[in-house]
Amino acid sequence: MANLFSRLRQSPDAAGENIPSELDLTRRGFLISASAAGAAFGFPLAGNAAMDPEAADGVPATSDGATFEPTIWYWIDSEGLVNVNIIRAEMGQHVGTAIARILADELEVAWDNVRITHVDSAEKWGTMVTGGSWSVWQSWPVYRKAGAAGRVALIEAAAEKWGVDPATCQARDGTVSDGSNTATYASLVAEGLQRSFTEDELNALPLKPHAELRLVGKDVKALDIDTKTNGQAIYGLDASVDGMVYGVPLIPPTRLGSSVNSVDDSAAKDVKGYLQTLTLNDPSGTVPGWVVVLGDTLMAAKRASEHVSVDWQAGEHAGVSEEDINARSRELIADKNYGAILPSDNPDSAPAFEAAADVLEAEYVTQTVLHMQLEPANATVFQNEDGIWEIHTGNQWQSLILPTLSAALEAPADQIVMRTYMLGGGFGRRLNGDYAVPAALASKALGGKPVKLVFMREDDAKFDSPRSPSVQQLRMAFDDAKAVTGMDHNAAAGWPTQVMVPSFMPKGVNDEPYDPFAIDGADHWYDVGALRVRAISNDLANATFRPGWLRSVGPGWTNFAVESFMDEAAHRVGEDPLTFRLNHLTAKGQNAGSAPNAVGGAKRQANVLRRVAEMSNYGSADLPADTAIGLATTFGQSRTMPTWVGGAVQLHVNRETGYIDVQKMWLSFDCGTVVDPDSALAQCEGAALWGLSMALYEGTRFEDGNVVDRNLGTYTPLRMIDTPDMEIEFVDSSEVPVGLGEPGTTVIAPAIANAIYNAVGARLRSLPITPDAVVAALKD
Amino acid sequence: MIEFEINGKPVSVDADPDTPLLWAIRDEIGLTGTKFGCGIGMCGACTVHVGGRATRSCITPVSAVEGTSITTIEGLSAQDNHPVQEAWRNLRVPQCGYCQSGQIMQAAALLQDIPAPTDEDIDAVMTGNLCRCMTYPRIRNAVRQAAAAMTQGNSDNG
Repeated sequence: MANLFSRLRQSPDAAGENIPSELDLTRRGFLISASAAGAAFGFPLAGNAAMDPEAADGVPATSDGATFEPTIWYWIDSEGLVNVNIIRAEMGQHVGTAIARILADELEVAWDNVRITHVDSAEKWGTMVTGGSWSVWQSWPVYRKAGAAGRVALIEAAAEKWGVDPATCQARDGTVSDGSNTATYASLVAEGLQRSFTEDELNALPLKPHAELRLVGKDVKALDIDTKTNGQAIYGLDASVDGMVYGVPLIPPTRLGSSVNSVDDSAAKDVKGYLQTLTLNDPSGTVPGWVVVLGDTLMAAKRASEHVSVDWQAGEHAGVSEEDINARSRELIADKNYGAILPSDNPDSAPAFEAAADVLEAEYVTQTVLHMQLEPANATVFQNEDGIWEIHTGNQWQSLILPTLSAALEAPADQIVMRTYMLGGGFGRRLNGDYAVPAALASKALGGKPVKLVFMREDDAKFDSPRSPSVQQLRMAFDDAKAVTGMDHNAAAGWPTQVMVPSFMPKGVNDEPYDPFAIDGADHWYDVGALRVRAISNDLANATFRPGWLRSVGPGWTNFAVESFMDEAAHRVGEDPLTFRLNHLTAKGQNAGSAPNAVGGAKRQANVLRRVAEMSNYGSADLPADTAIGLATTFGQSRTMPTWVGGAVQLHVNRETGYIDVQKMWLSFDCGTVVDPDSALAQCEGAALWGLSMALYEGTRFEDGNVVDRNLGTYTPLRMIDTPDMEIEFVDSSEVPVGLGEPGTTVIAPAIANAIYNAVGARLRSLPITPDAVVAALKD
Repeated sequence: MIEFEINGKPVSVDADPDTPLLWAIRDEIGLTGTKFGCGIGMCGACTVHVGGRATRSCITPVSAVEGTSITTIEGLSAQDNHPVQEAWRNLRVPQCGYCQSGQIMQAAALLQDIPAPTDEDIDAVMTGNLCRCMTYPRIRNAVRQAAAAMTQGNSDNG
């Protein structure tokens, strides 16, 4: 069985989008049959490598008396307590609350009896990743079946006890009854329960009809919020291990290829609490040229680090600037044979352009964006008494970094366990767990002594995996009747997936691999005749920094281009942008959609667009001068998991200063079934405001091989004073629930650019849209 | 030794006088509810009350608080039921929660100074606290709700 687990874990789903599939999760979930054993995961001293966000000390619930564990995803004890195991990281989505209720609903237990455990990194949990807005979507079928398995087992146990037909029994609120007898789950578990399910039995389990869902879609208490209001929630930065020393990194001039010539710590020796300076030896190649200064307090290490001088040999890209990276993008776009062509009904657009009566072309540019998750990167690492390396940190993709840690520590994977703390913001930064590597190497250099490595904010920014700058060239062909006959979308940027996990890259129709996270969104649902989407990896970006996954990743820039361009195209042919879009969301061919994830296809996208047009009174609102509403629509993250989003933004443009006053934003989401209504709303609020922040306020640039803005003095995300009113609705649906963490970010920037054009006639094609850029565009 | 009071208890800290109060609170005293975000006073995650005033502890040297009385999130109320905390839970403000100790301490100080703040007051004061999850709409509403609860509570008492 271990071999099977390893195989599942090491080989990402070969089909389609290469994301951990539902099938993998299901198999894993049920290969372990029913047992009465308690939760025995982890290692003796690493037993606390799981977390309950509701508990002040973070320690998960333990079972009382006999325990029924029908799958690895939960247990029920003889007191009726239900503990649901969550493999996803909590970073603000209340993800455990959403997932546990899916299970509790099918299991038919009261929410008050449900606890959650964010699990350790044991192999049995399979691929552990929290990103892509996948958590609810992937968990939905797995946790429903898990809950149904328990319900069926408990009903059968009660029926057998009473000598009645199970079909005459029903379960509700943790109690089975047949009309004359009743038995609580607690009592049935206490009497001892053994039941296992074959794969076929599991797939045949009766799932509740939508109308009988009692927790899904309802308002229940979130299990991670209370401790976030009294200082008790435990983040990686709060990790504490007896005897730990503190480390502060000295980060080399380039992310890649730097090496240390010499280190002089003589001036640090007088600093109280200074311990020593380590030049890291990194067999994993993650942090070349790194130096870590150790102290008996963090401040001692920090102060000492200011007195340590290091002579580095910088890597070859020490002089690279944002302009260099973008110039390389343009060079690659101009080379028509470079890159991967995405599948579409007809990717051969050349005939359409050759025959075109008119061609529209535009270039869109987006600047580098930093995560600036508020909890700076940090990790605490040590080797415990059993020889197990414990990694205490916040992380979004345990399965990705554990092999790297194994290489760095030169220790087998089963000798390493990660305790995932609450994340003080994820936003994709902690999908790349590279920051744990220098902590591990420092501890290794000290023979396994606990080291807590903390990045000061500037270090966090320097070592960020930022959202790559991008350059996109779009073209549209029209015939002499002004009908759209073809479209090209060429998008060049640094590719996070190529750099971090190339095995996740699918191949295009020309057999070239591509990073879906850097191009999703360009393969839109509009019927434009031939559609040639070309994804281009910017090798200079990839060699200069670690391109990161950042809330929405590619759809953050591809949709800015697509949706700005749709407005430009509408104006070119003299149509209203709303009408123009609706006329091309025809749901034909591959845009008709498919079951189970994209039922309805482009029709559902047209619906959310119509909805925000109505909500915002687009086209009929009586607005003051230089004030207008702009529209945009996207499908969130990817065609394989479309979350249909419509967005409208009303703003005023000050023609003198270029200042944009965003007055109101409307969003309509069709995400299928809404599992957790309040947290769904919260995610969409936050995502939309991230979209606004990246549209107007956020952006840095590379200079001399690294980002120039490294703290909040010059890097300026949205604050309350610039937060507009928002109206957000969810389309009523019983379709498969898809993701919500990111989709809201994708519509705002283009809606803003379109609103600016509608207000003052200036077209802004570069993000962020600064006042200076607006003034300059108005002069053109 | 630098002596002051924290959450009603006297403490003495043996730290370099330049040590930021934040790190004295977190690493010397062991109260980790107060967070580190930027180290330059721009995010507000480190906000505590010094003598009742909202203070950015990451840019306040520990020597500057000698003899003062400090309140952190852990000491804001005995039962975690300060009206601001109640409102934060009612409206489910926190997402990742990392900035929320600072937000709550800032909001509590705001309501002490301005019991019935206008929306402009709320924006002006709270805009100094960054929330990377962008929970701003809920923070705004929660401050309003807490203000209403406190005003109501005060009139009930008096």
